[in-house]
Parts: sequence; structure tokens; C-alpha cells
Amino acid sequence: MSIKYSKDHEWLVIDGNIGTVGISNHAQEELGDIVFVELPQVGDIVGQGDEICVIESVKAASEVLAPCSGRVIEINEVLDSNPQVINQSAEEEGWFYRLEISDFASLSELMDSEAYETFLLAGEE
Amino acid sequence: MSKDPVNLLPLNEMHEAHGSKMVPFAGYSMPLQYSLGILGEHLHTRCKAGLFDVSHMGQAWIHGDRAAALLEAIVPGDIQGLREGQSRYSFLMNGFGGITDDLIVTNWGDKLGIVVNASRKHIDFPTIADALAGEATLEVLEDHSLLALQGPYASIVLDRLGCSEADRMPFMSSAISAVGNIPVGLSRCGYTGEDGYELSIPNRSVATVAESIISSDAVKLAGLGARDTLRLEAGLCLYGKDLDEYTSPIEAGLGWTIPRHRRESGDFLGSERVLKDILLGPPKKRVGIFPLGRSPAREGVEIYTEGGDVVGKVTSGGYGPSVGQSIAMGYVASEHSDEGTGILLSIRGKMVEGKVTKIPFHPRHYYF
Repeated sequence: MSIKYSKDHEWLVIDGNIGTVGISNHAQEELGDIVFVELPQVGDIVGQGDEICVIESVKAASEVLAPCSGRVIEINEVLDSNPQVINQSAEEEGWFYRLEISDFASLSELMDSEAYETFLLAGEE
Repeated sequence: MSKDPVNLLPLNEMHEAHGSKMVPFAGYSMPLQYSLGILGEHLHTRCKAGLFDVSHMGQAWIHGDRAAALLEAIVPGDIQGLREGQSRYSFLMNGFGGITDDLIVTNWGDKLGIVVNASRKHIDFPTIADALAGEATLEVLEDHSLLALQGPYASIVLDRLGCSEADRMPFMSSAISAVGNIPVGLSRCGYTGEDGYELSIPNRSVATVAESIISSDAVKLAGLGARDTLRLEAGLCLYGKDLDEYTSPIEAGLGWTIPRHRRESGDFLGSERVLKDILLGPPKKRVGIFPLGRSPAREGVEIYTEGGDVVGKVTSGGYGPSVGQSIAMGYVASEHSDEGTGILLSIRGKMVEGKVTKIPFHPRHYYF
């Protein structure tokens, strides 16, 4: 199981045909204290790049894009009552949803940890 | 895209040394938050004290015997009646009865002092200079910083630093004081709903004063983010969001700033509209809103009746850390402004239920 990142700072962990999605630790730091998350519903069909979640921090609202296409099979209900889990553990306990991946070809656009680090460093300049 | 030139605050280095996240605001590079984060800075200010650098705001003095009388032509508050050491919240008005800016006016004895919003000073200062018509002079204080120390521990902190006046001053009063041997213009006011002070300090000494203040365990630096959540909970208006050129002070629920004798004489710019709003009731009113559920209703969200008619718009909204829920302010047609009125908020295409509520959301703790 390896973690992949999108340019929009979502992460995806793939286990067979099941993907778990969240936002990167870098994204969590940028957003600041998170107070609300709007998640998709189980059964939703999402396409890569779709705006399917909204995060509200004390600062602003931001959209979370789907890093790959598929059908949502589970959502992290903890986020509803305790969205700050994302600030505390963005890349583990603060996962957003799980989906059945429908298009493996689209995964080639995602970066591994090392490439994502490089991508972040390039963005700082 | 070329970037606009950004002014650095005299305390820029101190902000960065404390892990600030800097953002451009009204032409200045301003601390949005420090390493503690907006939530932590907000809660710390409510229970102890937060230090805010608000040096981007416009400070000026008005010299001349007729300064107060001349200013009253564009300001509807009682300026001539200010006693020495007294401060007042009022507005610069435009000819339509809308608001050019909100400001604080202080009688410093030999002059008036004003503090205006950073985003409006390029309009405010020429407007005021025009109104003074050469009979009084406006001196813009480019070489002064402004710090706001806010929270229940503010008076103790200043007392320990030798500002013996601080503790005795009532809310909305001002005095010349000193931190160490540095003179500061001290005003007991602020924009968080807490007791606190604003300190006007020469730029060359501001770092020394700021360091002395934050050396107290009770004080943490707080940024623009916390300032916004604090003022929203306290039901205080932000110019450009809750107040603008089209909105009258009466619509904003700020008619209390216009005393009876100024209403009767009506001798200020825009008085026709203001007096009409007082007499007939304004067509829309500023209200507090509790959106049900956790989703924040931010600026621009449209407000509907339960029957589906648009009746207003949210002007400020977000999560209230001390209230523990989503809160908002906005304007609704007056017939829908009663406390308890059920409304619908269109948030990202979904209708969320809400309720008109009274302002402030969090009780104010001023020292009278």
C-alpha cells in the first residue's frame, strides 16, 4: 500500500481496488483550524477532479477535489463531530472517504511522496 | 501578474520571528496568525490577553480651534461635546447617507485624534482635509504604530509595565501614558468585545513596547484571523463587509452613535437619508444569524424566507470559536428582521435552515 498525492494536495492510499482519500498534511497546515467538512454520500459516483468535499477552516472555505474516479463506499463519520482530527492527523485518522476505483489509468497523474515533496518545494519559490 | 507594492510593518521582523503567516491586506503585509493558530489566539484573547499589531490603520491629528465643528459637517456623532480624554465611535458620511468609513475620534486636549480603517485612508484623509477647508489642519501620523492589547488581563499587564492610568480609565477614554520611558497614547477601546487598550507608539519605539508586553505570560500575539472571529462574535461591523457606501448607520443598527441634538439639527452630510430612516424605519436591518448545523454561512450567502423569497444577504460569517457554532451577520428586509424569524440560507446551492438572532453572539466585557 503506497500513498500518492495530487497537485491539489489530496492523498490516496490504494489497497486492491479500494482507495482511501484525504488531504495532505501540508494542506491541513495551510488551511489552519478546520471547523467543518462536507463529505460525499456513500454511493456517490465521482470523477477525477470533481469538487466533492468542502472544508471550512476558521479562515475560509475550500473545495477538495477527487484524486481519482470511482464510487464512494464509506465516509469517515468522525469528521462530522470532530473535524479537527484533520489538523491532528491529516494523513491517517483524518481520512475523508473510501472509494472503489473505476479508472486506474487516471492514477498515473498522481505523485509519490518524494515527487510531492519536490512539488511543494518548487511551489515555495 | 505584477504584484502591488506591499508596505512592511515596523514590527515585521518580530511577527516572522513568532511564526506568523503573513498575508497582504489593504496594501500591507499583515500577520494572519502565529504558530498558535486562529482558534487558539481567539480563545487566549477571551480568557487572558492578545496583542494585535494594527499599525496598518490610519492615525491622524486634527489641529485648530474649529476642528470639532468642521469635522461634524461630515461626522454625525457628538464631536464638539467630547471632553478632554474622551473617545467616540462614529462615521464619515457621504452625501447619500451611506458610510465612507467608521472611525474613532478622541479629544486630546490641544487637538483631535482620529483612527480610520487601512483600506479607506486614501479616501478618508482627502475627504477630511476638504471638510476642514483650510480652517484646521490634518496631520497624518505615518511615523506611529498602533498596538491593540485585548482581553481581561490587559489592564493588569499594562499596570505592571508602569501605565498607572490604565486600570482607572473608563471604556472609550484616552490618556498620554508611558511604557518605561516611551510615551504612548493610550485609549481604552478595541474591537474584540473584550476590555482592552489601543496604544499609539512612535515607530522607532514600538518594538521595545511590543516585546515588553509579550514578555508577560498572560499575553500572546494574535493576528487578523482572530481579530475577525472576535469582532464577529462581539457583533462589531467590519467596513467593506458589514458597512459600505450604500448602507446607512440606521440600517446598520448604529443609530445610537447619533445623539438627539444632531438628529434635530440635521447638520451633517447625508442627514436627509439618515433622518428618513429614523422616522420611517429603515428598509433593511442588520441582524445576527444562527445557521443550523455546522456549515458556516459566509459573506455573500443569500438569505431567503421559508417561502423561498430572497430577503437579504450575509455580510460576515464563519465559525465562532467561543460561541461554539456557526454565526453570521447580514442585512434582511426589515419585516423579516424580528428575533426568532426562520430563514433559509443558500450555501453552495443547498438550502440550510437558520434563525434571526440578536447581536452580539458573545457578551461584551467593557470596563465602565
